Amino acid sequence: MTTHPDQYGFYGKFGGAYIPEMLYANVEFLQHHYQQIIDSESFRKEFEYLLKDYAGRETPLYYAARLSEKYGAYIYLKREDLCHTGAHKVNNTIGQILLAARLGKKRIIAETGAGQHGVATATVCALKGLECIVYMGETDMKRQALNVARMEMLGAKVVPATSGSKTLKDATNEAIRDWINHPEDTYYLIGSVVGPHPYPDMVAQFQSVISREIRHQLKEKTGNELPDYVIACVGGGSNAAGAFYHFLEDEDVKLVAVEAAGNGIESGESAATTQLGRIGILHGSKSLVMQTADGQVVEPYSISAGLDYPGIGPLHAHLFDTGRGTFMNATDKEALEAAFELARLEGIIPALESAHAVAALKKIKLKKEDKVVVNLSGRGDKDMATYLKYLPKQNG
Amino acid sequence: MNKIQQLFERKNEKVLSVYFTAGYPQPDDTGRILKALVDNGVDMIEIGMPYSDPVADGPVIEHASAVAIANGMTIKKLFSQLQELKIDCEVPLLLMGYLNPVMQYGFEKFCKDASEAGISGIILPDLPVREFRTDYMDIVKKYALSFVFLITPETSEERIREIDNLSDGFIYAVSSSSITGRSTDQAKKEAYFRRISEMQLKNPVVVGFGVRDKATFDQACRFLNGAISGTAYITQLNEGGKTIEEHTKAFVEMLR
Ligand SMILES: Cc1ncc(COP(=O)(O)O)c(C=O)c1O
Repeated sequence: MTTHPDQYGFYGKFGGAYIPEMLYANVEFLQHHYQQIIDSESFRKEFEYLLKDYAGRETPLYYAARLSEKYGAYIYLKREDLCHTGAHKVNNTIGQILLAARLGKKRIIAETGAGQHGVATATVCALKGLECIVYMGETDMKRQALNVARMEMLGAKVVPATSGSKTLKDATNEAIRDWINHPEDTYYLIGSVVGPHPYPDMVAQFQSVISREIRHQLKEKTGNELPDYVIACVGGGSNAAGAFYHFLEDEDVKLVAVEAAGNGIESGESAATTQLGRIGILHGSKSLVMQTADGQVVEPYSISAGLDYPGIGPLHAHLFDTGRGTFMNATDKEALEAAFELARLEGIIPALESAHAVAALKKIKLKKEDKVVVNLSGRGDKDMATYLKYLPKQNG
Repeated sequence: MNKIQQLFERKNEKVLSVYFTAGYPQPDDTGRILKALVDNGVDMIEIGMPYSDPVADGPVIEHASAVAIANGMTIKKLFSQLQELKIDCEVPLLLMGYLNPVMQYGFEKFCKDASEAGISGIILPDLPVREFRTDYMDIVKKYALSFVFLITPETSEERIREIDNLSDGFIYAVSSSSITGRSTDQAKKEAYFRRISEMQLKNPVVVGFGVRDKATFDQACRFLNGAISGTAYITQLNEGGKTIEEHTKAFVEMLR
């Protein structure tokens, strides 16, 4: 299993750049220059500096004693929730804003689901003094109102996407349209390992800091840098890509990707792409896509805005296809229970997205000596309105 | 020669092509709209296959697509409508849409059924040139279809030449870097049309996106071989009070 796609952006049969000609010049330029820019000394210095002093890396790898006791294994939490802005998303936005600045772009656009990527984009735009426009589904603006307010306070303009299910897919469509209309001055800062090549690879590289840290932290704590499991939730797949990246070639490490089952795989209200999707094209890459028999993309559902997406990054489609990744899923209810359990056992309130990864602990047959890393991709502040609705039930 | 090639043999200026979305406004309007366009002397017709995520389209076509999908329009249904119509006219018909629904239908089956339904060309803006060359070109040729590529003001001369070599119908020049239904800077647009015209391409070049009235149609035709209007036609169909036939007549008269 290699970490890099081929020169055309394919991981096995997934990936590529299926874009209209209007985007070709921009995307092709990126394809030819991204690696060189990312690898340059000045880029790497600034990136590492900002990850450390601005985003607050490295994030702890925390041994969760009470959770471990409950599940009968050694469970470690990778605390991406402690990153500045509250999620792993900032690793990627720092990387891409440095790239955009080097390309001389003045106007930054982004899509967002949960609002975490939007907040992380608005944050780095403020940091670099760049104009920021964030597209967000109208439904998501309501369920993640706090993040809308944060983006606005950071100086970004939040534009509602009002078509379709008014969630992440629709916000992404609007962002792509904006990019088509502003090819010269605008940089599209994509929030996950999706989109045309080179975005999936670029975002995976920026997020790979997560697994780089896990390896040496685990070595420090246990004498061995390889865990038995790495578990992460998957919307588009950026936190999972980051958590898996440096373990992809270590076949003994089981990589568990957890999708959002919504109300259940069979319920018709779900976002579990590998279970419900077929190969297709969405937002510029060939991957697994939830769609009708006629090839219309369906509107997914999950309680978690960040996982409410009918596709999955091409790297993950390849991990699924080859069996290198184990794909599981958790329902809304299971994720909520996991969130409350983590709060009560460890004093950590996870993001609803991350709670899906925690929920997988119940579904894996763990052995006593297993070392398990759960990537806690974000914190739950943004989800308090949802959690509050379930609080009485949990207390009663 | 297919009907597109025959058309440009007959006529290489002021070619008027009109786009509409199949299944809109009503699921069974395809035949009426086609007939009205042909009766009013349109030179070429593009039939839009609706898609749930039409990122290259503006709100008008996006809306028409969403309504058409809700109306139950599918590629399969469109082909059966076209088969029933037994189209027998010299006006070339093209199908325009996005790759995903075509991929799900099966690319070869799509080309075969399209050809049998009287279609002469296909436009799939998100099918990359490289993949076309390696995986699709032979199939398209086998069914005597012309595959039409888009170029934009950002497309390099080298790439335009490459596209010209791959094309055998016409080249679709997007008038500005934008989604459908948007207008832009006139001087810039003319400079772009002139540049393309001076390249002396093998294939005719037809302008699309942003052609909405006589002025924009004539502007395109001063430099290139014709123009395609879609958003403006759908907008017109949307206005109440008239039949499809009356709207179409008024629309074509306005452009000509
Ligand atoms: C905390 C958190 N985790 C996970 C995700 C899902 O995205 P990805 O699959 O790209 O990590 C999001 C998206 O908004 C998020 O905010």
